[in-house]
Amino acid sequence: MPADFDLRSSALQPKDQPAGHGGKPLEREFVRFTRLQRTLHACMIVSFLSLATTGLTLKFSYTKWAAMVSRFLGGFQVAGFIHRTAAILMFGVFFVHLYNLVQVKRREYKSWRELLLGPSTMLPMPEDARQFIATMKWFVGAGPRPQYGRWSYWEKFDYFAVFWGIAVIGSTGLTLWFPIFFTRFLPGPFINIATVIHSDEALLATGFIFTVHFFNTHLRPEKFPMDTTIFTGHMPVRELKRDKPLEYEKLVASGRLEEHLEEPQPEIVVRTIRVFAWIALSIGFSIVVWIIYAMLFAYK
Amino acid sequence: MRPLDDFEELAGESMPTQPIRRLFAPGIALPLFLTAGTLCFAAPPPQSPSTDDCLACHSDKTMTTKRGARTVSLFVDGKKFSSSVHGSLACVSCHADLDGKDLPHATPLARVECGTCHSDEQKQHSHSLHGKAIARGDTLAPHCVDCHGNHDIVPVKDPRSAVAPLRVPFVCGRCHQEGTPVQTQRQIDQHNILENFSESIHGQALLKKGLVVAPNCASCHTPHNILPHTDPNSSIARRNIAATCTKCHAEIEQVHRKTIRGELWEKEAHVLPACVDCHQPHKIRNVFYTQGMADADCMRCHDNERLKAKDGRSMYVNAAEVARSRHANPRTQAAPIACSQCHSEVNVSRVRPCETITHPVDCTKCHEDQGQQYQRSKHGQLLAANDPNAPTCKECHGTHRILDKHDPDSRTFPTNVPSLCGSCHREGQRAAVRYVGTQHEIIQHYRESIHGKGLLQSGLTVTATCTNCHTAHMVLPKADPQSTVNPKNVPATCGACHHGIEEQFEQSVHSRLITNTDKELPVCNDCHSAHTIRRTDETGFMLDIMDKCGRCHEEIAKTYFDTYHGKVSRLGYTKTAKCYDCHGAHDILRVADPRSHLSRANVVATCQKCHSTATRRFAGYLTHATHHDPKRYPFLFWTFWGMTTLLVSTFVISGMHTLLWLPRALEMRRDLKAEEAREEADRRNGANGKSVDEENHHAG
Repeated sequence: MPADFDLRSSALQPKDQPAGHGGKPLEREFVRFTRLQRTLHACMIVSFLSLATTGLTLKFSYTKWAAMVSRFLGGFQVAGFIHRTAAILMFGVFFVHLYNLVQVKRREYKSWRELLLGPSTMLPMPEDARQFIATMKWFVGAGPRPQYGRWSYWEKFDYFAVFWGIAVIGSTGLTLWFPIFFTRFLPGPFINIATVIHSDEALLATGFIFTVHFFNTHLRPEKFPMDTTIFTGHMPVRELKRDKPLEYEKLVASGRLEEHLEEPQPEIVVRTIRVFAWIALSIGFSIVVWIIYAMLFAYK
Repeated sequence: MRPLDDFEELAGESMPTQPIRRLFAPGIALPLFLTAGTLCFAAPPPQSPSTDDCLACHSDKTMTTKRGARTVSLFVDGKKFSSSVHGSLACVSCHADLDGKDLPHATPLARVECGTCHSDEQKQHSHSLHGKAIARGDTLAPHCVDCHGNHDIVPVKDPRSAVAPLRVPFVCGRCHQEGTPVQTQRQIDQHNILENFSESIHGQALLKKGLVVAPNCASCHTPHNILPHTDPNSSIARRNIAATCTKCHAEIEQVHRKTIRGELWEKEAHVLPACVDCHQPHKIRNVFYTQGMADADCMRCHDNERLKAKDGRSMYVNAAEVARSRHANPRTQAAPIACSQCHSEVNVSRVRPCETITHPVDCTKCHEDQGQQYQRSKHGQLLAANDPNAPTCKECHGTHRILDKHDPDSRTFPTNVPSLCGSCHREGQRAAVRYVGTQHEIIQHYRESIHGKGLLQSGLTVTATCTNCHTAHMVLPKADPQSTVNPKNVPATCGACHHGIEEQFEQSVHSRLITNTDKELPVCNDCHSAHTIRRTDETGFMLDIMDKCGRCHEEIAKTYFDTYHGKVSRLGYTKTAKCYDCHGAHDILRVADPRSHLSRANVVATCQKCHSTATRRFAGYLTHATHHDPKRYPFLFWTFWGMTTLLVSTFVISGMHTLLWLPRALEMRRDLKAEEAREEADRRNGANGKSVDEENHHAG
């Protein structure tokens, strides 16, 4: 691994560099997410879990579980308050992200075209289709692991799932929140329709996040017990090289890898992040179990 | 038995034929002739059948008909009829419903209305005990014919008359003697009436000595205006009995007046003993009454605390208790009720006057209505069946210490009633163990109910207690149509206090007066329950009501729970719209009814009760919509299945993606571990070399 050694030997070592075990300087890590992105993700977790928990008590109100959770939260009214507050937070996350996109474009990109069609784009590209097919081949043992870039196709899917979810669940949610305002220009039965859409789309979102997203990004065996990149923002360089070889090679080729390296987060921060992440995961899994129980054994 | 033999003789007497028919013949012939004359000239109009027409059939002795299970002879003795007081009349005069009918006529004929001619008697009769029994539908109650006969009625003075003085005791005795249905099944507090009468001085004079002036039943009770002694208009009422007796015993009054302080007799007859207090009805003997049975006489023995009956029961009577009791201060008379008024059958001529007592105290002599109700009640039915568990008057009211129900010390004071009934109906007690219905722990439940709390905790004596709903004396099981807790009667029972609610309810779609259906309609207790009734603003009631309505309105309740209102109610939110918030509670009407809370004119206002700014379009929200019904709610159905398809396909695709990934990911993990182990080993080797170098360096 010459590159690794190069990296370590050529790394600039600040004077107040924190010391690792045995007093050795720590390996510098690749910065994948900015502080704002990490904060938004954490807010999203808090808001999403709150929305899911409180919303599902209503959807599965016929289970004893639901009544229990609702009582635990302080009754239906408090649950409703939490749901709406979390919804505001979710909208906030959404709009801050959009605003941030504008800022990023102004700071780092010359045009929207460059941002949206450049190598770091979130938009689905023909390359993603090729990678998807290559991945399928890899899955069945008919080819090597594809060389993924900064954003793999499943990460792009997750990203746009949120856009879709916010649009669908958010708009129907607002209809249910302010039915009298919306029935000024919509007929009454639209509230019924909004209820069905809101509730089923929410079921899709929670089910997807707590199973597929958890597996794909946090709990894949090679990353077990957990990939905390989204929380720390950091990714070991060797992992970048392995997981996102295309991006790594591009950075090395352009000689700008160094710009993207930072000291690791202090131990206490990492530990706190792990606790937070595990709590979120446990809540998510509990909700999945509850959903399965409610859908299969208590469905009415 | 002698008197009955006499009766047989009387009945067996041959009837002397009388030439009445000849006298009345022109009376009959004339109308017949006229009718015939008319017939000759006019086209035959519908013609009333003549007596002869009737007899053409009815003189056949074998003519019978079936009435129920009985075979009844339809034979009419033409001779007897023509010699009767009504011999001059045509059949149709009484059988008025045959007037203008062709023969043979339809059967059965209507009951003959004697009152058309005998209106005074009819009026008296219908106000009498017998008449009221008929009005109640009592099949044992006597009609005119039962005493007077039908086609063979002769004047009362005629010894052949069924109601001639000598025959009256037997006419009345047909029903009023031991063993008859009337005596066993109806509330008659006199026993052995006919027997006692025939052995009494009146009976012996009438029946043995043939003194037709001696009093018979009708002399005291009147022929038609027979009323219970508790009725102030009765000839045998306490106030009137002296007048009734003095119809014959004119001098007695003066004798009595001399004996007892003069003018009181007329002014306040009720404070003095009445004739019957000493001379018991039907048993009047020509003994010399030296004294009445004064309470003091009883207490001579019963004041002894150790006095015991043969079976060991204490026979001690606490005089102080009696003096405090309601019977010592009765409402109906100034004088206390004497011992012997309850413990009747005492005989003052005996040394121990009570040794002639054969029957237990019969409260119904005075408390007649209560007695009748009791006899009809489940308690009374059990007593009639000799059930040892049957409660009698004294089980609830006590004996000598009996108090008014308004006296807080009384066992029947409202706050004491639950424990009084509970003494048998509490779980494990004798009534509860034989009970097979659905109501359990009733006393405990009642105590926790809104009524029980009102009565026992708040001390509101107007609150409903056991007897308010079940009645005190006519307690009947729910299944009995006369029971106050029979579904049919429940609204009226609850309405006795909750009158305003009853008025609303009776106008609602649930009322039997409004909805005609074979299905069971709900009444008060179906929603409010019986013994566990609670405040309607309590969480429990509010959340249970949907299931209560859902017992009948199954589908609509299910769809309610599919909507927001239903779901949050399941989570325990009581402020959300429940069935009655939209449909009304007691004043539920069909949605199509313009007065309904959900009619087009009212629905927006109904929504506005909670959603204060609701508009008409907002009211278009489907409160019972379900996505399971493609016919009624196609848009919801297809939205639901569209969403479900999206959901399922997303999960199938991403699930397969993940599952295919898993083996590769595990493979990567293995490779990674191996690589890490290799690196670790390299590093260890490298580190060892380094430290050796350092040591050497230091040493150098």
